[in-house]
Amino acid sequence: MLIIWSFIIYKAIMCVAVFAVALGIAAYSTWWERKFAGLLQDRYGPKRAGPFGLLQPLADGGKLFFKEEIIPNVSNKFLFILGPSLVMITALMTGAVIPWGRPLHLDNGDLFHLQITDLNIGFLYLLGVVSVGVYGIMIGGWASNNKYALLGAIRASSQMISYEVAMGLAVVALIISSGGSLSLNDIVTAQGDGGVANVCWQPLGFIIFFVCALAETNRAPFDLPECEAELVGGYHTEYSSMKLGLFLFAEYINMFISSAIMAAVYFGGYNMPEWFENLYRGSVSLDTFALIGMVCFVAKIFIFISVFMWIRWTIPRFRYDQLMNLGWKVLIPLSLLNLGITALVQAWRNGLF
Amino acid sequence: MQLTNRSRDVSNKEQSFMEKLYLPGLLKGMAITGSHLFKKRATIDYPDKKRDIAAVYRGLHVLKRDENGAERCTACGMCAVACPAEAITMESAERKKGEEGLYREEKYAKIYEINMLRCIFCGLCEEACPKEAIFLTDRLVPTEFEREDFIYGKDKLVEKIDKRIDVSARQTPEVLEFKKIKGLKHNELFEGKKISDKKH
Repeated sequence: MLIIWSFIIYKAIMCVAVFAVALGIAAYSTWWERKFAGLLQDRYGPKRAGPFGLLQPLADGGKLFFKEEIIPNVSNKFLFILGPSLVMITALMTGAVIPWGRPLHLDNGDLFHLQITDLNIGFLYLLGVVSVGVYGIMIGGWASNNKYALLGAIRASSQMISYEVAMGLAVVALIISSGGSLSLNDIVTAQGDGGVANVCWQPLGFIIFFVCALAETNRAPFDLPECEAELVGGYHTEYSSMKLGLFLFAEYINMFISSAIMAAVYFGGYNMPEWFENLYRGSVSLDTFALIGMVCFVAKIFIFISVFMWIRWTIPRFRYDQLMNLGWKVLIPLSLLNLGITALVQAWRNGLF
Repeated sequence: MQLTNRSRDVSNKEQSFMEKLYLPGLLKGMAITGSHLFKKRATIDYPDKKRDIAAVYRGLHVLKRDENGAERCTACGMCAVACPAEAITMESAERKKGEEGLYREEKYAKIYEINMLRCIFCGLCEEACPKEAIFLTDRLVPTEFEREDFIYGKDKLVEKIDKRIDVSARQTPEVLEFKKIKGLKHNELFEGKKISDKKH
């Protein structure tokens, strides 16, 4: 009985921690996005709310909460509320399988895994949950009962579904080359202890995954779903107040999670470069070492988030036909090629030839 | 005719393979935006830091009092005549017994109004004034919501006795030298007056 209780408490702690960290980082991503855009454009970002504008996310959130909440009469109210909730829930659910660090050692000898659950089909779970996120956008756009929202939703969902194909194929190639396990923890540990980061084996796969991650999170240059200039406002035309906030906020959570996934599966997650590791290994306790690994992971995530923003403030949005051409005629053939080459190389390494 | 050497011919030619790859172009663009990370900001942090203004900057007017605190303006109307934008109106009144401390001379301005929406801040009123009563300062005219609020009466223009406005910043040596030239019509009014007596 004791074991079950400690298990539940441990899981609860991890769930709440990941939940809070994801929300906190997403909130401060909005701050960093604006600050970083300011840096790129030779100006200050937000700087009046608190020191360095650090209270800006709170001010934005407060503003969204206090705005009038409009639910259109003609909309389907249940689905109208379900849409943003689903987007938010799926965005947060993806954090469950990401390994945040090496296990910590508790006093009673147990290990405290810094991962909510180490699913043996972790990557499959990720792809599945991300696909459900499309429903949130589709339901939200459809329930608005507004043709612009519906068109925006159709565009958004067709974009996400298209790029999921290439992303899935890139992931398959990654899994073949990294040892065949779908568990994220296995993929990360395989890159440490003498192994190299997967990006060395899968450079093309990484680029495909990165482009697809941009498209999946609806970030520029693939932010057509927002398309404020073309379709009034896209799928969230009819949304206001915090329901709109949930849509916008989910984008930042998705960005954080996809950065975390890329940092974990392609750039070694909590593993660190060997020269850096040798500075600490042996000289500090295992727990401190695990924490240093976590800091490395967060630093990698931060770099990815910054690159996402850097791209956003550099290049303009794709046209819709360009988007579809890139997705179907470029990325999918490329990822198929990548998969084929990876499979052949892996077969050769296994001694089949 | 070619004005600059920066013009480019517009063409519809097919993109080359490198251009079609898109990634080199993207990296080039990111290098350009990235280089701005290390450039100086163009922003001046306004409410905290103010942009330097010229030594002879002409801003919001002030109606000066003399050293005893009496208003210098005698409502002669020279400023209103000089004003090219016709922004100044005034109404004069006679000084009563016992008001010597309030008004410097027997006649004073009962109403003195400047319409800040009309004013072009040319400073001709300041030049025209024979009593050295009106000066343009380095202060800005604040924004208002109503047009009426831009018509400044004596309540806003006359300096407070305990809060004198420093106008010496604009009285540069060149200006003081100019006022010494007796041949100029304007400066005739200053004849017999001590030019150095400029501290108000």
